[in-house]
Amino acid sequence: MNSKIKTNDVILQTITKVVFFIIVIFSIYLFFAGHYTPGGGFVGGLMTSSAIVLLLLAYDVKTVVGILPVNYIHMAAAGLLIAVLTGVGSFFFGVPFLSHTFGHVHLPLLGDTELATAVLFDLGVYLVVIGVTLTIIQTIGETE
Amino acid sequence: MLDLVLRISLLIIAVSTILYLYRLIKGPSVPDRVIALDAIGINLIGITAIISVMLRTNAFLEVILLLGILTFIGTVAFAKFLEKGEIIENDRNRHR
Repeated sequence: MNSKIKTNDVILQTITKVVFFIIVIFSIYLFFAGHYTPGGGFVGGLMTSSAIVLLLLAYDVKTVVGILPVNYIHMAAAGLLIAVLTGVGSFFFGVPFLSHTFGHVHLPLLGDTELATAVLFDLGVYLVVIGVTLTIIQTIGETE
Repeated sequence: MLDLVLRISLLIIAVSTILYLYRLIKGPSVPDRVIALDAIGINLIGITAIISVMLRTNAFLEVILLLGILTFIGTVAFAKFLEKGEIIENDRNRHR
Protein backbone atom coordinates (compact mmCIF):
# COMPACT_ATOMS: atom_id res chain seq x y z
CA MET A 1 0.00 0.00 0.00
CA ASN A 2 2.49 2.59 1.17
CA SER A 3 5.98 1.41 0.24
CA LYS A 4 7.77 4.43 1.75
CA ILE A 5 6.81 3.67 5.35
CA LYS A 6 7.85 0.10 6.11
CA THR A 7 7.71 -1.12 9.68
CA ASN A 8 11.08 -2.27 10.99
CA ASP A 9 10.93 -4.55 14.00
CA VAL A 10 14.68 -4.66 14.59
CA ILE A 11 14.45 -4.43 18.41
CA LEU A 12 11.81 -7.16 18.65
CA GLN A 13 13.70 -9.42 16.23
CA THR A 14 17.05 -8.96 18.01
CA ILE A 15 15.47 -9.62 21.44
CA THR A 16 13.76 -12.71 20.00
CA LYS A 17 17.07 -14.13 18.76
CA VAL A 18 18.39 -14.09 22.35
CA VAL A 19 15.22 -14.90 24.32
CA PHE A 20 14.25 -17.83 22.07
CA PHE A 21 17.21 -19.91 23.24
CA ILE A 22 16.64 -18.99 26.91
CA ILE A 23 13.02 -20.19 26.68
CA VAL A 24 14.04 -23.40 24.88
CA ILE A 25 16.70 -24.19 27.51
CA PHE A 26 14.16 -23.46 30.29
CA SER A 27 11.65 -25.80 28.62
CA ILE A 28 14.25 -28.59 28.36
CA TYR A 29 15.07 -28.03 32.04
CA LEU A 30 11.35 -28.25 32.93
CA PHE A 31 11.06 -31.46 30.87
CA PHE A 32 13.91 -33.23 32.68
CA ALA A 33 13.03 -31.80 36.13
CA GLY A 34 9.57 -33.35 36.07
CA HIS A 35 10.50 -36.50 37.99
CA TYR A 36 11.48 -34.90 41.31
CA THR A 37 10.54 -31.20 41.09
CA PRO A 38 7.67 -29.27 39.44
CA GLY A 39 7.70 -29.56 35.68
CA GLY A 40 7.23 -32.37 33.22
CA GLY A 41 6.30 -33.01 29.63
CA PHE A 42 3.19 -30.82 29.54
CA VAL A 43 4.73 -27.58 30.82
CA GLY A 44 7.94 -28.24 28.89
CA GLY A 45 5.99 -28.71 25.67
CA LEU A 46 3.97 -25.55 26.29
CA MET A 47 7.16 -23.55 26.91
CA THR A 48 8.81 -24.88 23.72
CA SER A 49 5.71 -24.00 21.72
CA SER A 50 5.59 -20.53 23.30
CA ALA A 51 9.20 -20.02 22.17
CA ILE A 52 8.14 -20.90 18.62
CA VAL A 53 5.12 -18.59 19.02
CA LEU A 54 7.55 -15.79 19.88
CA LEU A 55 9.40 -16.56 16.62
CA LEU A 56 6.06 -16.43 14.79
CA LEU A 57 5.31 -13.04 16.38
CA ALA A 58 8.68 -11.51 15.50
CA TYR A 59 8.89 -12.98 11.99
CA ASP A 60 6.15 -14.58 9.88
CA VAL A 61 4.81 -18.05 9.17
CA LYS A 62 6.85 -18.45 5.98
CA THR A 63 10.17 -17.63 7.70
CA VAL A 64 9.48 -19.89 10.70
CA VAL A 65 8.53 -22.81 8.45
CA GLY A 66 11.84 -22.20 6.65
CA ILE A 67 13.75 -22.24 9.96
CA LEU A 68 11.92 -25.23 11.48
CA PRO A 69 10.63 -27.42 8.62
CA VAL A 70 8.56 -29.66 10.91
CA ASN A 71 5.14 -31.08 10.16
CA TYR A 72 3.51 -30.65 13.57
CA ILE A 73 0.75 -33.18 12.88
CA HIS A 74 3.45 -35.81 12.29
CA MET A 75 5.14 -34.66 15.49
CA ALA A 76 1.95 -35.23 17.52
CA ALA A 77 1.55 -38.66 15.89
CA ALA A 78 5.16 -39.57 16.72
CA GLY A 79 4.59 -38.54 20.34
CA LEU A 80 1.48 -40.72 20.61
CA LEU A 81 3.42 -43.63 19.05
CA ILE A 82 6.27 -43.23 21.58
CA ALA A 83 3.83 -43.08 24.50
CA VAL A 84 2.03 -46.24 23.34
CA LEU A 85 5.30 -48.10 22.63
CA THR A 86 6.58 -47.48 26.19
CA GLY A 87 3.38 -49.13 27.40
CA VAL A 88 3.73 -52.03 24.96
CA GLY A 89 7.39 -52.51 25.95
CA SER A 90 6.31 -53.72 29.40
CA PHE A 91 4.72 -56.81 27.75
CA PHE A 92 8.21 -58.10 26.79
CA PHE A 93 9.01 -58.49 30.50
CA GLY A 94 5.73 -60.20 31.43
CA VAL A 95 4.30 -57.29 33.45
CA PRO A 96 1.03 -55.36 32.97
CA PHE A 97 0.60 -52.56 30.41
CA LEU A 98 2.42 -49.26 31.19
CA SER A 99 4.54 -50.79 33.98
CA HIS A 100 7.56 -48.51 34.23
CA THR A 101 10.93 -49.23 35.77
CA PHE A 102 14.14 -47.41 36.61
CA GLY A 103 17.78 -48.23 37.07
CA HIS A 104 21.06 -46.66 38.11
CA VAL A 105 23.59 -46.25 35.30
CA HIS A 106 27.13 -44.95 35.57
CA LEU A 107 27.47 -42.30 32.84
CA PRO A 108 30.91 -40.95 31.90
CA LEU A 109 30.36 -37.26 32.70
CA LEU A 110 27.36 -37.27 35.02
CA GLY A 111 28.38 -40.12 37.36
CA ASP A 112 25.70 -42.26 38.97
CA THR A 113 22.49 -41.32 37.14
CA GLU A 114 19.02 -42.70 37.67
CA LEU A 115 17.38 -43.42 34.33
CA ALA A 116 13.62 -44.14 34.33
CA THR A 117 11.52 -45.35 31.42
CA ALA A 118 8.84 -42.85 32.49
CA VAL A 119 11.01 -40.21 30.75
CA LEU A 120 10.19 -41.86 27.41
CA PHE A 121 6.46 -41.61 28.16
CA ASP A 122 7.00 -37.96 29.10
CA LEU A 123 8.82 -37.45 25.78
CA GLY A 124 5.64 -38.64 24.06
CA VAL A 125 3.55 -36.13 26.05
CA TYR A 126 6.08 -33.38 25.19
CA LEU A 127 5.90 -34.06 21.45
CA VAL A 128 2.08 -34.30 21.46
CA VAL A 129 1.73 -30.98 23.31
CA ILE A 130 4.10 -29.18 20.91
CA GLY A 131 2.41 -30.75 17.89
CA VAL A 132 -1.17 -29.96 18.91
CA THR A 133 -0.45 -26.39 20.12
CA LEU A 134 1.50 -25.37 17.04
CA THR A 135 -0.95 -27.04 14.67
CA ILE A 136 -3.74 -24.91 16.20
CA ILE A 137 -1.72 -21.67 16.15
CA GLN A 138 -0.27 -22.17 12.66
CA THR A 139 -3.65 -23.09 11.18
CA ILE A 140 -5.21 -19.94 12.64
CA GLY A 141 -2.24 -17.81 11.52
CA GLU A 142 -2.29 -19.04 7.93
CA THR A 143 -5.95 -18.22 7.31
CA GLU A 144 -6.37 -14.90 5.52
CA MET B 1 10.25 -10.08 62.17
CA LEU B 2 10.89 -11.43 58.67
CA ASP B 3 7.29 -12.59 58.48
CA LEU B 4 6.03 -9.10 59.37
CA VAL B 5 8.20 -7.52 56.67
CA LEU B 6 6.96 -10.06 54.13
CA ARG B 7 3.34 -9.39 55.06
CA ILE B 8 3.81 -5.62 54.74
CA SER B 9 5.44 -5.94 51.32
CA LEU B 10 2.68 -8.31 50.20
CA LEU B 11 0.13 -5.69 51.28
CA ILE B 12 1.95 -2.97 49.35
CA ILE B 13 2.07 -5.11 46.21
CA ALA B 14 -1.63 -5.92 46.62
CA VAL B 15 -2.52 -2.23 46.86
CA SER B 16 -0.43 -1.50 43.78
CA THR B 17 -2.17 -4.34 41.91
CA ILE B 18 -5.56 -2.85 42.81
CA LEU B 19 -4.42 0.53 41.46
CA TYR B 20 -3.29 -1.18 38.23
CA LEU B 21 -6.70 -2.87 38.13
CA TYR B 22 -8.30 0.59 38.26
CA ARG B 23 -6.19 1.62 35.26
CA LEU B 24 -7.11 -1.64 33.50
CA ILE B 25 -10.85 -1.00 33.91
CA LYS B 26 -10.88 2.79 33.53
CA GLY B 27 -8.02 3.21 31.04
CA PRO B 28 -9.09 5.57 28.24
CA SER B 29 -7.18 3.80 25.46
CA VAL B 30 -6.23 0.20 24.71
CA PRO B 31 -2.43 0.69 25.16
CA ASP B 32 -3.11 1.89 28.73
CA ARG B 33 -4.91 -1.36 29.44
CA VAL B 34 -2.13 -3.46 27.85
CA ILE B 35 0.54 -1.77 29.95
CA ALA B 36 -1.59 -2.20 33.10
CA LEU B 37 -1.96 -5.90 32.32
CA ASP B 38 1.83 -6.22 31.79
CA ALA B 39 2.51 -4.54 35.13
CA ILE B 40 -0.06 -6.76 36.89
CA GLY B 41 1.88 -9.73 35.53
CA ILE B 42 5.12 -8.34 36.98
CA ASN B 43 3.32 -7.79 40.33
CA LEU B 44 2.15 -11.41 40.23
CA ILE B 45 5.81 -12.46 39.91
CA GLY B 46 6.59 -10.47 43.06
CA ILE B 47 3.61 -11.95 44.94
CA THR B 48 4.71 -15.47 43.94
CA ALA B 49 8.26 -14.80 45.15
CA ILE B 50 7.12 -13.38 48.51
CA ILE B 51 4.67 -16.24 49.10
CA SER B 52 7.35 -18.80 48.24
CA VAL B 53 9.58 -17.16 50.90
CA MET B 54 6.67 -17.16 53.39
CA LEU B 55 5.97 -20.85 52.80
CA ARG B 56 9.72 -21.66 53.03
CA THR B 57 9.70 -23.60 49.76
CA ASN B 58 11.50 -23.34 46.43
CA ALA B 59 8.78 -25.15 44.49
CA PHE B 60 7.49 -21.92 42.94
CA LEU B 61 10.75 -20.69 41.43
CA GLU B 62 9.85 -22.13 38.01
CA VAL B 63 6.52 -20.27 38.18
CA ILE B 64 8.37 -16.95 38.44
CA LEU B 65 10.36 -17.48 35.24
CA LEU B 66 7.28 -18.89 33.51
CA LEU B 67 5.15 -15.85 34.42
CA GLY B 68 7.87 -13.55 33.11
CA ILE B 69 8.02 -15.37 29.77
CA LEU B 70 4.23 -15.51 29.39
CA THR B 71 3.79 -11.82 30.28
CA PHE B 72 6.43 -10.85 27.72
CA ILE B 73 4.90 -12.94 24.94
CA GLY B 74 1.39 -11.72 25.75
CA THR B 75 2.45 -8.07 25.70
CA VAL B 76 4.32 -8.53 22.42
CA ALA B 77 1.25 -10.19 20.89
CA PHE B 78 -1.03 -7.35 22.04
CA ALA B 79 1.43 -4.73 20.77
CA LYS B 80 1.64 -6.38 17.39
CA PHE B 81 -2.14 -6.60 17.18
CA LEU B 82 -2.44 -2.89 17.94
CA GLU B 83 0.21 -1.98 15.37
CA LYS B 84 -0.63 -4.23 12.43
CA GLY B 85 -4.11 -5.58 13.06
CA GLU B 86 -2.96 -9.20 12.82
CA ILE B 87 -0.83 -11.14 15.27
CA ILE B 88 0.77 -13.82 13.09
CA GLU B 89 1.50 -12.71 9.55
CA ASN B 90 1.70 -15.15 6.69
CA ASP B 91 4.38 -13.33 4.70
CA ARG B 92 5.58 -9.96 5.92
CA ASN B 93 7.60 -9.03 2.82
CA ARG B 94 4.67 -9.25 0.45
CA HIS B 95 3.39 -5.86 -0.73
CA ARG B 96 -0.30 -5.44 -0.47
